[in-house]
Amino acid sequence: MSELKRTPLYEAHVALGAKIVPFAGFEMPVQYPTGITREHTAVRTSAGMFDVSHMGEFLVEGPGALAFVSYVTTNDPALLSLGQVQYSVFCLQDGGIVDDLLVYRMGEQRFRLVVNGANIDKDWAHVAGLAGDFDVELSNESDDIGLIALQGPSAEAILQPLVDVELAPIGFYWFAEGHVDGVPGIISRTGYTGEAGFELYLPPEATRAVWDRLLEVGGERGLIPAGLGSRDSLRLEMGYALYGNDIDEHTTPLEAGLSWLVKLGKDSFVGQDALRAQKEEGLSRRLRGFRLAERGFPRPGYDVIFRGAAVGPVRSGTLSPSLGAGIGTVYLPAEAKAGDPVSVRIRDRDIPGEVVPMPFYDGGSLRR
Amino acid sequence: MSGIPDGFQYTEEHEYVCEAGTEGEYLVGITDYAQGELGDVVFVELPAPGDAFEKMEVFGTIEAVKAVSDLYCPISGEVVAINETLDEDPALVNSDPYGEGWMIRIRVIDPSELDDLLSPEAYASLIED
Repeated sequence: MSELKRTPLYEAHVALGAKIVPFAGFEMPVQYPTGITREHTAVRTSAGMFDVSHMGEFLVEGPGALAFVSYVTTNDPALLSLGQVQYSVFCLQDGGIVDDLLVYRMGEQRFRLVVNGANIDKDWAHVAGLAGDFDVELSNESDDIGLIALQGPSAEAILQPLVDVELAPIGFYWFAEGHVDGVPGIISRTGYTGEAGFELYLPPEATRAVWDRLLEVGGERGLIPAGLGSRDSLRLEMGYALYGNDIDEHTTPLEAGLSWLVKLGKDSFVGQDALRAQKEEGLSRRLRGFRLAERGFPRPGYDVIFRGAAVGPVRSGTLSPSLGAGIGTVYLPAEAKAGDPVSVRIRDRDIPGEVVPMPFYDGGSLRR
Repeated sequence: MSGIPDGFQYTEEHEYVCEAGTEGEYLVGITDYAQGELGDVVFVELPAPGDAFEKMEVFGTIEAVKAVSDLYCPISGEVVAINETLDEDPALVNSDPYGEGWMIRIRVIDPSELDDLLSPEAYASLIED
């Protein structure tokens, strides 16, 4: 194992009393002294701020940039205008998911791919290995970018006075280049919580100053720092996939409920044949959400019982702070539908529940 | 030290025992250190009054956001009461582990078992490691 890395905000987390855990090869804050539940609630009701500098960024430049990004991802980057962002996945030839990512259209011939921190090395090898036939230049900028996610219904009001661009016209999954408290960066209306908010791509040496400034000005609006623990419960309430739990190299985007990311009709891309065949044959399983009807905390790995048989492990699971109920995801036979009974074996008891549509929580500020 | 009250006794599994105010009865809970390690407690599964446990037998489980842990009974005895308020407000284990966050009240069978438990000093050195 190589040594754990630290983000530009590591010292800030320690100063705030965070509990630090190894995650994605980094020393990351799982929670601050406020605790996961309050951090979760702050994001749902006012605002929370996450260090997500562990995420990886690859720059793709050159005359072949659009064709290359289209070849290595399943979604269609040709649909992107300048300043727009797209959720997508990299697949293997067999349709298994290498990673999920965001694609930023920075220019006519320039894209930024934002990947999971845990997958930076794997993804880099994957895309670099596919670049040979394309007129592109790839650069791994992962160590050169700090990333702060400011999320919650108050996020815009907190951020607007600090930036030199007007935030209101920036749509969901669009971004602008500007300055945050004088620091140049990218202001992206994206997130992983289901709340309104922004992700700020910043130079690493200035990320700490922006973090401190946001906390200083946001405190009166209820902004608190939030760690990986609440990030996970927030994203799961929204049914957002987590790589390594809900999706991996042995699951396809069609099985994972991400068929909206798969544009089979575009030009050739990695995984196209396998995904087309799977679509034509029909799925044998599908990622579904469940909600427990009795008290229980469905942790990843616990067995799920469907029609009298254990059908596989809980992929993601938590006790939803917003709903007060155990929720989770599991791959079920494709015919399973909302309302079907399902139970989770928690220690020696089968806790009953049912299949429910995702998102689990629909009160977020994102769509308001 | 505030995190490890005097007059209490402790297990290596981070439970505490303290006198309940009635001869032969003791309150059992988890230490401030343990609640801090567990993080936000979301529920506590406790036994029923009348249940009996051997020393270091599992008497319940504590479910926190990050992990689930068994609860070990520090001394043999019979449960005479449980803290029913934890059902509504499990966060009391976080906010007041040695007070409102107590878990079970137990009538001991053999008071000499208390001699095997850790003193505040011994527990302090355990969690320093």
